Amino acid sequence: MAEKEKMTLILFSGEMDKALAAFNIALGGAASGMDVTIFFTFWGLNVIKKNEGSIKSKGVMRNMLNFMNRGGAKRLPLSKFHMMGMGKAMMQGLMKDINFPQVDELMRTAKELGVKFIACTTTMGMMGIGKDAFITGVDSYAGVATYIAEARQSSINLFI
Amino acid sequence: MKADITIDCMGLYCPMPIVNTTRQMKAMQPGQVLEVMADDEGIKQDMPNWAKMTGNEFLGIEEEDGKYRVFVRKG
Repeated sequence: MAEKEKMTLILFSGEMDKALAAFNIALGGAASGMDVTIFFTFWGLNVIKKNEGSIKSKGVMRNMLNFMNRGGAKRLPLSKFHMMGMGKAMMQGLMKDINFPQVDELMRTAKELGVKFIACTTTMGMMGIGKDAFITGVDSYAGVATYIAEARQSSINLFI
Repeated sequence: MKADITIDCMGLYCPMPIVNTTRQMKAMQPGQVLEVMADDEGIKQDMPNWAKMTGNEFLGIEEEDGKYRVFVRKG
């Protein structure tokens, strides 16, 4: 085949359902032979935060924010009907019913198929979190110019 | 239709049948035929489209009682 086509996704949201949609599309692209990059920015950084341990940050305000906004693929709320976790548990039950993978499993499959993860350094700076807050699957840390450089060569570009 | 290798994707929904097909195809030789067993109707359109994009050959689909046997030849 000629040069691989590219797909670029921006995951701005930190909710389980939106992350599922993003990884579903990313996996479809990677399975179809595309080079796929996901930029995680703002609330989207929650998706790639590690599930275990505490997230360190600097200052009272940022500590408070990171306490309330802990994140981690297993902690993501639903964007609708979350109902303090009850709705999410029910949705996860329905997913299990049809053998649909959870966010962290989809994420592992994405890495297996070579999907590139990039974390937004501006959000990291604003929220006061470092690289140690994230899972090991993050390939690089960058800003908008890197996104533009990738996106302008991509035939599929989505903001989720 | 005869296949060299069969994978079972029964009970799996999009994108998993395509993902599992991709995984299996990596381990196969050009010319070999893969059979995918699935029951998600999306496979009827997804597999021919997937094959077209990835340079593999979609050979056909056999449908029985909402179960599908899809055949693809590695390109």
